[in-house]
Amino acid sequence: MKKTGAQIFVECLKMEGVDTIFCYPGGATLNITDVLSGSDIQQIVVRHEQGAVHASDGYARASGRVGVSLVTSGPGATNTVTGIATAYMDSIPLVIFTCQVNTMLIGNDAFQEADIVGITRPCTKHSYLVRDGKDLARMIKEAFYIARSGRPGPVLVDIPKDITSNLYEFKYPEKVNIRSYQPTYVGHIGQIKRAMKEIAASKKPVLYTGGGIISSGASAELVRLAEVLSIPVVNTLMGLGGFPGNHRLFLGMLGMHGTYAANMAITSSDLIIAVGARFDDRATGKVDEFAPHAKIIHVDIDPTSISKNIKVDIPIVGDSKNVLQKMIHLAEQGGPEFKDYHASIGDWIKETEQWKNDYPLTYVRNGTLKPQYVIERIYELTKGKAIITTEVGQNQMWTAQFFKFLKPRTLLSSGGLGTMGFGFPAAIGAQVAYPKSLVIDIAGDGSIQMNIQELGTAVQFRLPVKVVILNNAHLGMVRQWQELFYEKRYTWTCLECTPDFVKLADAYGAAGYVIEREDDVDTVLKEAFRNGMPTLIDVKVNPEESVYPMVPAGAPLREMLLV
Amino acid sequence: MRHIISVLVENEFGVLSRVAGLFSGRGFNIESLCVAESLDPTVSTMTLVTSGNDAIIEQVLKQLNKLINVIKVVDFKELDYVSREMVLVKVNADERSREEILRMVEIFRGKIIDVSPKTYTLLITGDEEKLKAFLTLIKPLGIKELVRTGPIAIARGDKVIKVKEKHSEGGGEGNG
Repeated sequence: MKKTGAQIFVECLKMEGVDTIFCYPGGATLNITDVLSGSDIQQIVVRHEQGAVHASDGYARASGRVGVSLVTSGPGATNTVTGIATAYMDSIPLVIFTCQVNTMLIGNDAFQEADIVGITRPCTKHSYLVRDGKDLARMIKEAFYIARSGRPGPVLVDIPKDITSNLYEFKYPEKVNIRSYQPTYVGHIGQIKRAMKEIAASKKPVLYTGGGIISSGASAELVRLAEVLSIPVVNTLMGLGGFPGNHRLFLGMLGMHGTYAANMAITSSDLIIAVGARFDDRATGKVDEFAPHAKIIHVDIDPTSISKNIKVDIPIVGDSKNVLQKMIHLAEQGGPEFKDYHASIGDWIKETEQWKNDYPLTYVRNGTLKPQYVIERIYELTKGKAIITTEVGQNQMWTAQFFKFLKPRTLLSSGGLGTMGFGFPAAIGAQVAYPKSLVIDIAGDGSIQMNIQELGTAVQFRLPVKVVILNNAHLGMVRQWQELFYEKRYTWTCLECTPDFVKLADAYGAAGYVIEREDDVDTVLKEAFRNGMPTLIDVKVNPEESVYPMVPAGAPLREMLLV
Repeated sequence: MRHIISVLVENEFGVLSRVAGLFSGRGFNIESLCVAESLDPTVSTMTLVTSGNDAIIEQVLKQLNKLINVIKVVDFKELDYVSREMVLVKVNADERSREEILRMVEIFRGKIIDVSPKTYTLLITGDEEKLKAFLTLIKPLGIKELVRTGPIAIARGDKVIKVKEKHSEGGGEGNG
């Protein structure tokens, strides 16, 4: 039976189990928009296409499902680029549908034409331009498969408008068969055994884990392996929540703003077991002096991540969950080689605990309102049971430090690209995925203004997202660098003319609060968290506060500036 | 170190730009690139020449493999192979030099494929060394223009590089 391209599009989405699409209309989307309106797929119409992609990203990070967005051609498409690049850097499964001018007009500089496949080629896992409607269903099927399999990532499908109105024979492809794309899930058993031998021979092992634990759903396995072998765990920013933040073996986040214990453990370790992490420069500090005494085992589903930044001794290509399961199995069997290991591991645990006790994360309480205090209170008031998104900068680092993430998919943050303006639309997406959960965006006064227009979306769709603005009247992280490395010349970073956020919230029909004193923090947050409305909370924090510890860019991890 | 790499790709719209974009985006060196349909019309063979230390070449091979449309990547460094390149050279050919050019073309088993009152256009094929030797000898006579294909390569003996499954041959540790 023949269907229009638009009908095929909607049928395919249904077959993929898509329940929500984040979208913004335009001339080229009209045929699809018209069919979608009659479907039971929820359509969250945003205020800016960047918001649509971030929202679908937040939906994907929170739920583990593929996030879907649909925008029009030209500027609609180019507005998605930051969102796509954000998802690409953090390996988030998205399918982005952009509409395109009519097939006959492509290449003619037509009205609202942009070569979006070309523009996004370096920041998508793959992309399709549908040149013939008979390929539409197959391409959509492949796009979803590629987005969620292997190392996940965003896939873009560009659909010319004429294809959405033309009639094609529709048959939904049952299977995907891409001969050139066969991700490796099962880790090589020989390599895994070699890795276990190294662990048994080690005295100071550290599990260094990242976002791969979360995307492969390997959190329980990570806890199990760490407990069976008593291995301390450090997380990357993307890995937070993959291991319980209140676990006795947890040393915190490593890297530029990592904990003293995590950075010292890496520096002193004789064996790093990296799982689903990619040795990003913010995590490693000076690469040449990263873990100078350690051998390195690296488990990753993406072979290009292995030995890219750091030379690896035992590479294991595979899915984190699969590999960890095999490691647990071997560890539980014990074997004679583990005898000495278990006898000596206690000393190492003690050493790491000493670091934790001597140099915990801290800040000076001096009567002013400190951003760290606000985050600690959010943690206590929610008991950690909230989905937290962040913007980028100081707000992001303080959140990573002072909120204990207990479960995977509870921290949604732009780790790789570091996109200001991510947190609010991502929170909207997460709220759509979990309407009953408390979703909190911890923002700064700078970054919230990068996608503030999505207040309209939150109000329209009754999404009671809470935005806690740590308002220091500066672009705080850049200001911090200027303080430390540019003799306090605060060029461009002092934000004047910031709006009255309470009035702004009111103008949109959202709730707004101000907090100016420590004493008001609990009362206002409690009220805000249960008001059932999209909410801005303007917290006037001490503008002088900086994020510590800090490893200056290019320095080794052991060289930390402490409070 | 110079590597000749053969990349089997889906013979599809846009694949060349993905490969070229990978090299420019990641700052990999690309000395030459030669693309054409293979025996199987659904597959194109790209032969490219790149250089870099072992770590860079390992990344080149892995990153190529990671592209969804890339079916197979082969680094000829790991194989016994033969390679050939073709060059077209337009040289000054006056009465004094014509004899010399003819001799040289004969020695190098080339051809003269076009003649004008003042120029010869020569065609020479060979491996890198041979072409280099030829060009060094012909240079004093006055080269007006030169066009090269970049090398293509094939494994020696009965080994065949064909589409089977996706993995990198040679270089590229990773799967233990």
